[in-house]
Amino acid sequence: MKRKLTMIQAITEAMDQKLADDSRIMLLGEDIGVNGGVFRATEDLVHKYGPDRVVDTPLAEAGIIGAAIGLAMNGKIPVVEIQFLAFIYPGFEQIVSHAARMRYRTRGQYHVPMVIRTPYGAGIRGPELHSESVETFFAHVPGLKVVAPSTPYDAKGLLIAAMEDPDPVIFLEPTKLYRAFKQEVPEEMYRVPIGKAKVVQEGSDVSIFAWGAMLRVAEDAAKQIERENGLSCEVIDLRTLYPLDRDTIIASVKKTGRAVVVHEAHKTAGLGAEIISIINDEALIYMKAPVKRITGFDVPVPQFSIEDDYLPTAERVKDGIMETATF
Amino acid sequence: MSSLYQVLSPAGELVSDLKGLLDEATMIKMYENMVLVRQFDRKSINLQRQGRMGTYAPFEGQEASQVGSAMALAPGDWLFPTYRDHAAAIVHGQSMARVFLYWMGHMEGSISPKHLNIMPPCVPIATQMVHAVGTAWASKLQNEQHVSIAYFGDGASSEGDFHEALNFAGVFQTPTIFFCQNNGFAISVPFSQQSASKTIAQRSAAYDIPGVRIDGNDIFAVWLTMKEAMQRALEGKGPTLIEAVTFRYGAHTTADDPKKYRDQEILSEEWRQERDPLQRLRVFLENQGLWNETKEDELMAHVNEQIDAALVEAESYPKSKPEDMFKHVYAEPSWMATEQESELVKPSKQEGIPA
Repeated sequence: MKRKLTMIQAITEAMDQKLADDSRIMLLGEDIGVNGGVFRATEDLVHKYGPDRVVDTPLAEAGIIGAAIGLAMNGKIPVVEIQFLAFIYPGFEQIVSHAARMRYRTRGQYHVPMVIRTPYGAGIRGPELHSESVETFFAHVPGLKVVAPSTPYDAKGLLIAAMEDPDPVIFLEPTKLYRAFKQEVPEEMYRVPIGKAKVVQEGSDVSIFAWGAMLRVAEDAAKQIERENGLSCEVIDLRTLYPLDRDTIIASVKKTGRAVVVHEAHKTAGLGAEIISIINDEALIYMKAPVKRITGFDVPVPQFSIEDDYLPTAERVKDGIMETATF
Repeated sequence: MSSLYQVLSPAGELVSDLKGLLDEATMIKMYENMVLVRQFDRKSINLQRQGRMGTYAPFEGQEASQVGSAMALAPGDWLFPTYRDHAAAIVHGQSMARVFLYWMGHMEGSISPKHLNIMPPCVPIATQMVHAVGTAWASKLQNEQHVSIAYFGDGASSEGDFHEALNFAGVFQTPTIFFCQNNGFAISVPFSQQSASKTIAQRSAAYDIPGVRIDGNDIFAVWLTMKEAMQRALEGKGPTLIEAVTFRYGAHTTADDPKKYRDQEILSEEWRQERDPLQRLRVFLENQGLWNETKEDELMAHVNEQIDAALVEAESYPKSKPEDMFKHVYAEPSWMATEQESELVKPSKQEGIPA
């Protein structure tokens, strides 16, 4: 039986199955109960599991995340929904000063098994501060894991893995992909391991690294350039942003000798810089050209009249590929 | 001061009922604990001055608030201290050696005794208050009869997390006790400039939870108020906000000079003479025939012995190794940290040891 789900359906199913599987799981967030979440990720779950397990909280990100830290320390596994990534800032201190550090501060005596889910990224014609892509903030902080799926299949498997992880996981859901397409998703519970990238398409001339909504852009560019210029691209979905899957990155660039990183986050101090640094450390002598970054710009994500001009496009990625190929 | 709930006056006289909740042994223990932590505090300042300890946050003057509240707790309760609440931690069962270790810069100083839930001192202001809501919430959902207590100061009541914590606790009726030691100053800023509200206790009205303002230098008032708050919490009636009005005689930390922002000698002397928490209990106990000079001398010798023993234990604690910083970041270390650790400790980097 082939069953296809959107990413949002896959995410709902992951939470539904874990709620049924493990009585310690609790969902917390604004509007996640009867309203089912602003993107409907928690649709109907409150009716199935009750208001003690699917909790409509007051509108207070520090309160939600801070209370979740306490819940996690005392036997629960909270899964927090923050409505948009840019709304996380009031709770940022709780994430970096406490969730990330509790295990360290207590020398392993207490830990914080929790997941913070949040839609992120541009391309949905959202109002101001609804389109941010600041994954670097979290990837920079020791103690956190950062995950960003790009498909319904991975979203379900990674979210289940995140809910079973003993450490706090920031789970970034590319808003643009919530309902962009359907994919076959197994009904049973399965895990996609955190920390493992995926080679989406094998190739021999250039490696393209992307995650979240940019994976589709990278794939488009790879297909077009193969058709137009005969270049064979290896496309890699990083899936986890901390810890990065160095082995997969290095194995790929050793094969191709060229790399392009695509992310919609701002360029400066974005994860592209980290990936380049890893390549420099481990595979510099294999490289035939400098690694190219195709990214969002060092400007606030603009409002939607020029949102598409901010985002990397397949055209820009193709230009980047050609630059590395003709270096 | 007259609007404060008070049981034991500064003159050492009972001014309201003990409600049959305080026995002689408890009263004596209260005094002994307050003497112990005061000596500990003074010793710590000396150690800092001698360079044997790092920057330290003293609490002298606040003993009744910390000792009285912590003595009311039961072993399964969760205690969230700030960096000034080591007296509460010690009374609840943290070893003095660990507290010394913490201030000597050892990460192991934050470890709670196994059967207790004593959190590490919280350095950011008011952030621990929401954690205490979370642990209490979990206790409630798991049908465990435990409360969580969050300590905080008057400055914390200006932070957003204070309001979010009280709001959450009110909405979800968590068994949380918010215990404010209003010592009048957030480092240098007096409460009159911290908030336009006259008291912190009155804030509870906004969240429809009970709030009470008490004499924080009156250990009986602290203890009885705590007992009531705990009973309410354990009966499922939700949180309580307690404002214990007190004063720190000394500086914010050993790196701070209070003479810059307040009339230090005059104010401290006034509080010490007129409202000292130890003095009033001692007078009361003496009047009851429960205390005398001989007992005082014996106690002093005993607590100094205990403190010295704790200091020996702390100072003989094995020196932390550089690689210890890599432990307990994640359940399983990341590959980055593992490699960085091996770079840090590889033999060629160690003096005198060939690669």
